[in-house]
Amino acid sequence: MDYIYAFLIGGLLCVIAQILMDLTSITPGKILVLYVTVGVILGGLGIYDKLVDFAGAGATVPLTGFGNSLAKGAIKAAGERGIIGAFTGGMTGTAAGVAAAIVFGYLAAIIFKPKTKK
Amino acid sequence: MDNRYKQIIPAPNRVGTQTLVFNNRPSVASMAAIAGDLEGEGTFGDHYDMVLTDDLWGEETWEKAESKMFEEVVRKALAKDNLDEKWVECLIGGDLLNQIIAANFAARQLGLPFLGVYGACSTMAESLLVGSVLISGGFMSCVACAASSHFSTAERQYRSPLEMGTQRTPTAQRTVTGAGCTILVGPGSGSSKGIEITHGTVGKVVDLGITDANNMGAAMAPAATDSICAHLADTGRTVDDYDLIVTGDLGALGSELTRELCLKKGVDLKDKYLDCGDSIFTKEQDMKAGGSGCGCSAVVLNSYLLKEMMSSKYNRILFLATGALLSVDSTQQGESIPCVAHGVVFERRMG
Repeated sequence: MDYIYAFLIGGLLCVIAQILMDLTSITPGKILVLYVTVGVILGGLGIYDKLVDFAGAGATVPLTGFGNSLAKGAIKAAGERGIIGAFTGGMTGTAAGVAAAIVFGYLAAIIFKPKTKK
Repeated sequence: MDNRYKQIIPAPNRVGTQTLVFNNRPSVASMAAIAGDLEGEGTFGDHYDMVLTDDLWGEETWEKAESKMFEEVVRKALAKDNLDEKWVECLIGGDLLNQIIAANFAARQLGLPFLGVYGACSTMAESLLVGSVLISGGFMSCVACAASSHFSTAERQYRSPLEMGTQRTPTAQRTVTGAGCTILVGPGSGSSKGIEITHGTVGKVVDLGITDANNMGAAMAPAATDSICAHLADTGRTVDDYDLIVTGDLGALGSELTRELCLKKGVDLKDKYLDCGDSIFTKEQDMKAGGSGCGCSAVVLNSYLLKEMMSSKYNRILFLATGALLSVDSTQQGESIPCVAHGVVFERRMG
């Protein structure tokens, strides 16, 4: 059942983005920023964690999950270190994702050559 | 008399407001077209002088490959008619890349006197216009006019990285990988193909406020309409005086819009209208609205169109290439897309 919920919620988030791309003139870049920002807001209000409990990876893998991690990291560090923590916590909370993107991006760039698109 | 002419003497070789008449007619000595693999599978595949199997063409970067296309298409056009490179007094051309590096770098290799022109996708017509003026004015006797574009360079510069998996909108057009070159010589030169350039129409920049860089056809249609109507008004001709009116790369939507806009101005293009972008790919290739880029009109003109003129299928065509004069920065800042269309008239010499 967990898998089905993950599929439904993750899929729903992607469908919303696809509809935005098809029916509006919002660029993909703006949609990415929108998703992260929505994730931060819902995470900050404590709503997004309920979605994570329900759908697991279906909620954490899409970009809104990244926004949620940013918000949670900032709140946690702010509790421990005050105002400085509010600034450092976001990066700490998402460090794994950011570092992985850089490392795998770097590796892919070393191994593969770009090709044209048909 | 018009007030401005109190001080400025009207030029004898101009009619109306935008059209030049070449009494001393430049003629086509040779032409060549090199196209990419998808273009080779397209409508005019059999007409190109060369079709690339690999769009890197053995180079390290696509920019180098595009420059090589530009260089080789000039060499090919010259070689086809046994013309010596030394006879070319000026190379005129451009491409879509920042600071027209494909043309600049090719000109370095060719070592010819060079005038770089930028008219976005209208570059082929613009270089023919400048070349015709130089020849008709008696300043030069042999010029090479060329233009190129490359999907893998233009896509990265204007839109998104090649690896990005975004879907193309139905209005999007694919930049044509290709380069075309026309060699023009003065009247009476031995190697003439019997096709002359009789008129040139310099287009105005028109902007109807379209901001979507994925819908260039609609942005360019008003400019095409403006130049077609100006040309006909200046010359006192009608659509019936032409066998074909060709636009550069308006695509399926843009060319339909041009038909409608022309009709509103009382010009019915009938069955005499062809858009290179709309027709360069086949329907089965599913390229959405069609092809675009400087190379689009350049390869169609320098293969199919001029060949059909040589075989007497067409005797007089108005070749009008359209260009969207946007930049990456202007798009990101939400500016609308100013567009231009320049035209030249090719005519088969009778008798």
